[in-house]
Amino acid sequence: MTETSSFVRTDMLPPAPPPVSQTGVIKWLRENLFSGPLNTTLTLCGLGFAIWLVQAAAPWLLHSVWNANSQNECRSIIAETWGPEATGACWAIIRARWHQFLFGFYPMDQYWRIYVTFAALFVAIAPVLFATLPRRMLWLSLLYPLVAFWLLWGGPIWGPVFTALGFGLWAAVFLALSVRLGVVVAAGIGLVAAAVFWIYGVGALEASMQSVLPLALPEVDSDQFGGFLLALVIGVTAIVVSLPMGVLLALGRQSDMLIIKSLSVGFIEFIRGVPLITLLFTASLLLQYFLPSGTSFDLILRVVILVTFFAAAYIAEVIRGGLAALPRGQYEAADALGLDYWQAQRLIIMPQALKISIPGIVSTFIGMFKDTTLVAFVGLMDPLKGISTVVRADLNWKGVYWEPYIFVAVIFFIFNFSMSRYSMFLERKLKRDHR
Amino acid sequence: MKQSVFFGSLVMAGLVAGVAGASTLDEVKARGELICGVNPGLTGFAAPDANGNYQGFDVAVCKAVAAAVLGDPMKVKYVPLTGETRFTALASGEVDMLSRNSTWTFSRDTELALDFVAVNYYDGQGFMVHKELGVSSAKELEGATICVQTGTTTEMNLADFFKANNMTYTPVNIADDAEGQQRFLAGACDSYTTDASGLAASRATMPNADDIVILPEIISKEPLGPAVRHGDNNWGDIVRWSFYALVEAEEYGVTKANLEEVAASTQNPEIRRLLGLEGDMGAKIGLDNDFAKRAILAVGNYGEVFEANIGAGTSIGLARGLNAQWTQGGLMYAPPFR
Repeated sequence: MTETSSFVRTDMLPPAPPPVSQTGVIKWLRENLFSGPLNTTLTLCGLGFAIWLVQAAAPWLLHSVWNANSQNECRSIIAETWGPEATGACWAIIRARWHQFLFGFYPMDQYWRIYVTFAALFVAIAPVLFATLPRRMLWLSLLYPLVAFWLLWGGPIWGPVFTALGFGLWAAVFLALSVRLGVVVAAGIGLVAAAVFWIYGVGALEASMQSVLPLALPEVDSDQFGGFLLALVIGVTAIVVSLPMGVLLALGRQSDMLIIKSLSVGFIEFIRGVPLITLLFTASLLLQYFLPSGTSFDLILRVVILVTFFAAAYIAEVIRGGLAALPRGQYEAADALGLDYWQAQRLIIMPQALKISIPGIVSTFIGMFKDTTLVAFVGLMDPLKGISTVVRADLNWKGVYWEPYIFVAVIFFIFNFSMSRYSMFLERKLKRDHR
Repeated sequence: MKQSVFFGSLVMAGLVAGVAGASTLDEVKARGELICGVNPGLTGFAAPDANGNYQGFDVAVCKAVAAAVLGDPMKVKYVPLTGETRFTALASGEVDMLSRNSTWTFSRDTELALDFVAVNYYDGQGFMVHKELGVSSAKELEGATICVQTGTTTEMNLADFFKANNMTYTPVNIADDAEGQQRFLAGACDSYTTDASGLAASRATMPNADDIVILPEIISKEPLGPAVRHGDNNWGDIVRWSFYALVEAEEYGVTKANLEEVAASTQNPEIRRLLGLEGDMGAKIGLDNDFAKRAILAVGNYGEVFEANIGAGTSIGLARGLNAQWTQGGLMYAPPFR
């Protein structure tokens, strides 16, 4: 058997390439796009739509004009360059008025204050967003609201400084009394002490310090705020304040204490039962009737407060969903460890409930940030409608339709997409189960 | 129940007392600033420019009043008001006066407790069509699709007009002027209807303005004017006569440029009273005698305001028409200063 039969192969056949239909692009196409009559039809329809979209939009985008002083100039440039029938985007409107879309009517020589505030925002939220950063940076985050307020609105620096001292007083009273009197009572007494200081102390101290050491930025009036500056002021404030408020409301709703429970339920159900527009009209129109004639309570502040309430009610319900998802055993385990109510919430319940609620919380924030454009209906200069109306009222830009919308949409997308990506990052990082 | 009624009336009483307590003039003087409700963006009438300063035909009225009361046309805080918020903002005291292209109507004057003090622009609703449609009168618009803003008097006027002429139409609802213009140009409707001044401004900026005609019919009366709250008649008088000073100045040929010269040389008693050289007109409304002079110096006379913002010299190019002086066949007629 040393000789092999001539009909038996002695060497391996080289591997043949797979059939054309089972490899590469074609395989992928067949599997994903043309796997059946229904999918084939849908693919063709989708393709047709995509081609139509590109055909419709591409020439318009390719014929963009950036340097012009009016829409008519845009039109004549487009007609000269690409022929009389061509249509094109006139981005010159953005080039001419970008500052109003971004900052409203904020004084131009003070723009640096907005830049500093915006840059500082990232420094302030970084330690909140990323747990790897040193914990001591959280003090910066706590100081940030007052710094931002002073930078944006201006005025003497001593107002924010003494307001911060008021918070310090609150914290001191709380720390001194919380062991003996309990968390809620201590916080209440601290708040009263701080409020007395804010009402009676700050004004006088501010005036005297200002005379000793005058440190002030030029004041900027609220009605000079507009565009994305306004959207961010409302959005960031509402996000920052509504989360703790929502946590407290969610806990209040689960509380056994009748008054706290009914107040929380009443607040949440009332706010959720009313459209945001109604609340905005209340803020802008109704409140004025109840204030003494001649007082004017800043419109942006009124709107911020009501948008915050609105967001807080939704956040409370999202967090209540997270609380409800926690197994009963977690509460019992906390009790068994001998933790009191606040310790249990802080160390065991909330970290888990918040983790479960992340997608809902971030959705609420994204929705709320987009809802800030509704303030246009009470005459504030939101970027989408308010500023666009103003810019279009200029005869040079009247009739420019799509460009402002696209510009504003792109900026909104950048903000909201970042938020969404961050929430996914956070979910992955906090994932403890089903690995 | 009784208690809540009691508290309710207490609050009402407080409100009434609060509103009636301080006169608007005193408040404005104490504040050092006039708060004027304006349109956030209406071409030619009111809009902030690239630097954020409000400009326009309606804005000039605010400036004139500020100059008359406070001596400085720049001491105005402009509050942009939407169509929904404008009257409530005035009634609740958030603004001192409204100069926001608002039509003077019966129900607004009575039910909404506003006082329209004068008419600074006589407008009316018109139609705009493409020339190729071959229509030369609004009465030929039988069966047309018409772009119209929802929730405005424009919509009701349109329905009334077609009903009165026994015609049918298909409305295409739009939200604002920018959308109307865009839809009209895209061919979504045969005709676009809004106030004639707005049509003229839109047409001026359209790429093919020569192919678009504004039909001759004006189907509604839209007397636009500044308004104040019911109940403070002295303040209403101040706004009214600050505006009429501008109209009167045009009638007598007093302009921003020649005012000092005229004041020095004129012997005409009407002009002398207007400029505060004779009589005590100012004292009668709680101002000094130069109030009208300051108003004219601040913005120019009515004709100058018109020309600078919306007149034939601008690209909006509105003709004076009904807004000419009564001596020129228009309706601008200032009651005598005496």
